[in-house]
Amino acid sequence: MSPRYVARHPMTASRQLGGEMIVMSAGDSRLFTLNGVGAVIWTAADGVTPLSEIVAAAVCAGYDVDASVALQDAEAFVAELAEHGMMLVSDEPLASDGGPRP
Amino acid sequence: MSEMMAGLAARAAALGVPLTAHVDLTYRCNERCEHCYLDHEDHGELTFAEVSALLTQLAEAGTLFLTLSGGEATLRRDFFDIVALARSLGFSVRVKTNAVLIRQAEAERLRSLGVHEVQVSVYSHQADVHDAVTKVPGSFRRTVNGIAMMTAAGVKVVVANVLMRRNLDDYRGVRALAARLGAACTLDPTVTPHMDGDRSLLQLGVSTEALRDVFHDPDLMDPVDSSCLAPPVDGDEDLGNALPCSAGHSSCYVSPYGEVFPCVQFPLAAGNVRTQSFGAIWRDSPAFHEVRSVRVRDLPTCSTCAHMGSCSRCPGLAYMEGSMRGPSELDCAKSFARTGIPSAGMLERAGRETARDVPAGVAFIPIAQVKSGRRPAPAAAV
Repeated sequence: MSPRYVARHPMTASRQLGGEMIVMSAGDSRLFTLNGVGAVIWTAADGVTPLSEIVAAAVCAGYDVDASVALQDAEAFVAELAEHGMMLVSDEPLASDGGPRP
Repeated sequence: MSEMMAGLAARAAALGVPLTAHVDLTYRCNERCEHCYLDHEDHGELTFAEVSALLTQLAEAGTLFLTLSGGEATLRRDFFDIVALARSLGFSVRVKTNAVLIRQAEAERLRSLGVHEVQVSVYSHQADVHDAVTKVPGSFRRTVNGIAMMTAAGVKVVVANVLMRRNLDDYRGVRALAARLGAACTLDPTVTPHMDGDRSLLQLGVSTEALRDVFHDPDLMDPVDSSCLAPPVDGDEDLGNALPCSAGHSSCYVSPYGEVFPCVQFPLAAGNVRTQSFGAIWRDSPAFHEVRSVRVRDLPTCSTCAHMGSCSRCPGLAYMEGSMRGPSELDCAKSFARTGIPSAGMLERAGRETARDVPAGVAFIPIAQVKSGRRPAPAAAV
């Protein structure tokens, strides 16, 4: 399976509040709250690091979770964010990090 | 404010995070609005480097929602550089402008930078009335063109209609104009004293009687009955512990000269980012500590008021009127206009003053006799 690259959409704004990540879409003004694991993936989504590496380095290192299960969950998570227009997902590295840093 | 935003603000206040910040980049302006409370002279605005340091510190402190305003913020030559920097730091950016300087290139830049919302002041759908408020002939045409450019570019625009005596009859027209331009519209009857303390500007505000008619306009309040019902009899058990406002708890204001305040309408100086870091001011300033020490139960008059659960009381206006713990005459008038029931502040003033000073229609109604109902909306946002 080819690596997947993920990047925060440039029209989003985000900030850590407590243990969660608050994300706002400038497109439709919707607000999302990501939990701790979601926040880790969001922060690491720089467009050039494969999702599998993000999961291995940032998720599996910090949480007691099976790597393949974690990757599967992460794939579903980024797909959902992409559906809401908040994240860019590609089989190729994305040119920039795709969006502002949280 | 949506339920989710209210929840975020409450969480931010509990964590001591300034989730929302309003930064005025300049007090200079290309209009001279008759109700404006600012001194338009430049007394030494923050440089780009200073703004950059401020925004970095706000991001580190946890601010997400950033309003960039003025004066007229677009008068700064580095305005778009500041917006770009703010976006790169992860802020959700709202810009307040009169849109006079917005053309297609500027509109497209705002869109490409991912500005969340642009709020534009429009006083009337009639050019002569709008221009009489701004004191700049042709400003209406340029503002409307600016709005059209932005909505065409895909920028979310909100028309802000300040309601005054001069434009009282025009709010429906402004609303229709905003709809035609593809913009949302808000109505605000608040006129504040000049920053030098001069209260003569308040004469421009609408009368309580006129405000009552606006609050009962079925086109604005939906549903009108729930907005204008009498306040509830039984006090909310947690109300006494509630914060009077988010100012100083999860929001703050920074002037073009680096002064930090709880809110743009709350001129209690907390420090200056030219001499201290924003974080130190936010965390340690005695002014912020005092603001944060106040709970609803500490408001000697307002905590006894039947409107407390629904009032839009602004502690900044109360501060300008004499005490951050006191009632705000302007907000008392709003509650009265909305419900027809006098506030505790009005009754207190009536007790102090002669009978002829009591507003028409005011009579003492014991709280126990006030009919219970759903809580009214706190503001006349449309």
